[in-house]
Amino acid sequence: MTQIELRGVQKYFGAVQVIKDLNLKIDDNEFIVLLGQSGCGKTTTLRAIAGLETIDGGDILIDGKPVQHLKAADRDIAMVFQSFSLYPHMSVYENIAFPLRATRKSKAEIDQEVRSVAKTLQITDLLAKKPSALSGGDMQRVAIGRALVRRPKAMLMDEPIGALDAKLREEMRAEIKRLHIKQGSTSIYVTHDQIEAMSLADRIVIMHEGVLQQVGSPDDVYSHPANLFVAQFVGSPVMNVAEASVTEKASAASVTLGDAAAGFEFPRALLSKLNGHAGDKLALGIRPEGVIVRHEAAEGFLPVETQIVEPLGSFDIVDIKVGSKMLRARTKSGFVSGPGEKVFARIDPAQAHFFDVASGRSLGVRL
Amino acid sequence: MAAVRTSSEIGFNRAAIVAVLVVTIIFLAPIYWIASTAFKPRNLATTIPPTVVFQPEISPFVKLFAKRSQLRSPPTPEEYAAAPWWERVVFNGGEKIVRDGKGEVQWSGYPSRFMNSLIVAITSTVLAVGMGTFTAYGFSRFRVKGEADLLFFILSTRMLPPVVVAIPMFLMYRAVGLNDSHLGLIILYTAFNLSFSVWLMKGFMDEIPKEYEEAALVDGYTRMEAFFKIVLPEAATGIAATAVFCFITAWNEYAFALIMTSRRAQTAPPFIPSQVGSGLPDWSVIAAGTFLFLLPVAIFTFLLRNHLLRGMSFGAIRK
Repeated sequence: MTQIELRGVQKYFGAVQVIKDLNLKIDDNEFIVLLGQSGCGKTTTLRAIAGLETIDGGDILIDGKPVQHLKAADRDIAMVFQSFSLYPHMSVYENIAFPLRATRKSKAEIDQEVRSVAKTLQITDLLAKKPSALSGGDMQRVAIGRALVRRPKAMLMDEPIGALDAKLREEMRAEIKRLHIKQGSTSIYVTHDQIEAMSLADRIVIMHEGVLQQVGSPDDVYSHPANLFVAQFVGSPVMNVAEASVTEKASAASVTLGDAAAGFEFPRALLSKLNGHAGDKLALGIRPEGVIVRHEAAEGFLPVETQIVEPLGSFDIVDIKVGSKMLRARTKSGFVSGPGEKVFARIDPAQAHFFDVASGRSLGVRL
Repeated sequence: MAAVRTSSEIGFNRAAIVAVLVVTIIFLAPIYWIASTAFKPRNLATTIPPTVVFQPEISPFVKLFAKRSQLRSPPTPEEYAAAPWWERVVFNGGEKIVRDGKGEVQWSGYPSRFMNSLIVAITSTVLAVGMGTFTAYGFSRFRVKGEADLLFFILSTRMLPPVVVAIPMFLMYRAVGLNDSHLGLIILYTAFNLSFSVWLMKGFMDEIPKEYEEAALVDGYTRMEAFFKIVLPEAATGIAATAVFCFITAWNEYAFALIMTSRRAQTAPPFIPSQVGSGLPDWSVIAAGTFLFLLPVAIFTFLLRNHLLRGMSFGAIRK
């Protein structure tokens, strides 16, 4: 049973504040992913939890006890580094046994535990080898083995598969997930790769410039981004965002993107849900799958012209021009023959997000 | 990459091989000369033109280690026959080995000077490399206030030619009674080498990824344990290289050894040339002394050759 809690954590590097008043509660057995661009403070947060970095304010609690004054060795936490950090002068066996040798376990106990972890990770045949003789994937397995062997209170992982090539990354992602389900330890995982985050996390914590942006399940952050940063950071291809003005038009609402001549039709309920923000500067966010394209004219569809078509195998991404803005739409592969084709487009109101441009915050409109 | 080498490439390769050979010969010629002279009889050591083919003799080494004096008259045939082979060799050169009242053979000054050299060079190397490693680790891993200034200060101690301070050092050493003592030379050579050792080890320490120790810290070890279990084994290559350089500097040092020591703590470098002046110079004996003096550095470097040649990248960190 391990809960980790961050309360008002602050961290400065010189004059630069890299963590700004971070509050986060992590439950037992939860798999948390810290997601953000490089320099957003996610790795510093992880290192602060591990005890490799001091904090300048706030509390870090493990099972309710403040640990910010404890040394890394006394926090009973394991960490997997991006570089794996296997000790080059020790064999795989010695590497895995190393954390146990810091405890007062007997040789036989250590041997038994090393072998059991090696069996779980299927690296028993590598035990005698030196790290330099291993492939990237095997190094990573050994690094995880070294972290697991002590049965720590929590596992911290700093971009553990960032150094691997794409195919291996996918394999190891699945393996980490399988291992987490089997071992069930509280895990905090740092990455800048939103696909890794989506596929692994129970909850994703998105950070930007030292500030926590949103905490939520992968579905939550994808479907209900709290602000423009999260909206554009999570999801691939990236969400379309365009400045929009909302007007009342007959029995419906009309959303005009930028300086476009005509607006997209929205349910009238939008006006009341905007709650007085209709006059503010607004931005419309819509994921490519929310832009619906068809060949024939229909009620509510605007005539548009296709620009660039990116075939991605299972689907195509088609750029369509609306006024001076470009919207990216997701279509069946081969749906559009190429650039310059006349098609008709509509925005699915249920998938539309409205943001306040000044603050970047989502207005929480759900239609 | 061209599968067939052009004639200009082949020509360049040959020129490179010739250049390497010439440089090698230039470097090895003096060593060959010392080694060959060390095994020459005295009368062949100074012939013009030089004698290249000769019957090698061990006599220069016997003379090097034994205290000798000129023979007033040749030994009687009985004396000669009763003498062991190493004494006859000395008789042949017109000298005899000095014995004390009990007939015990007296050693020359060389063995004790050689021992002094070993004591001083090894101790000062261990101290300089040890302190340098700790200091470099501190500079490499912790935020030290005024780090750049401190490092520059350490380096600046090497900017002055050491001999410039020889006279004040001599006066200070005499005042505190450190002249002609092992401790005095050890302190001196450690101080010489320390700045070099700090800078060299700092370079090696910076090369060792921080994550190794951090992994050890998270794995439940103190920083000290992480230093000894993880950092030191990784720094072995750097330590070996630094030790070789420090050892060579201390082993070869001449000027201070000449000024600061006279007898008790005198090292081999000032002793060997001092023998030139006692009686007629026996160049074979001097060459023998020099030849033996070259060996420790050669052996030390040979033992550490793998560390010196091994690269710093071990392939266990992926960047």
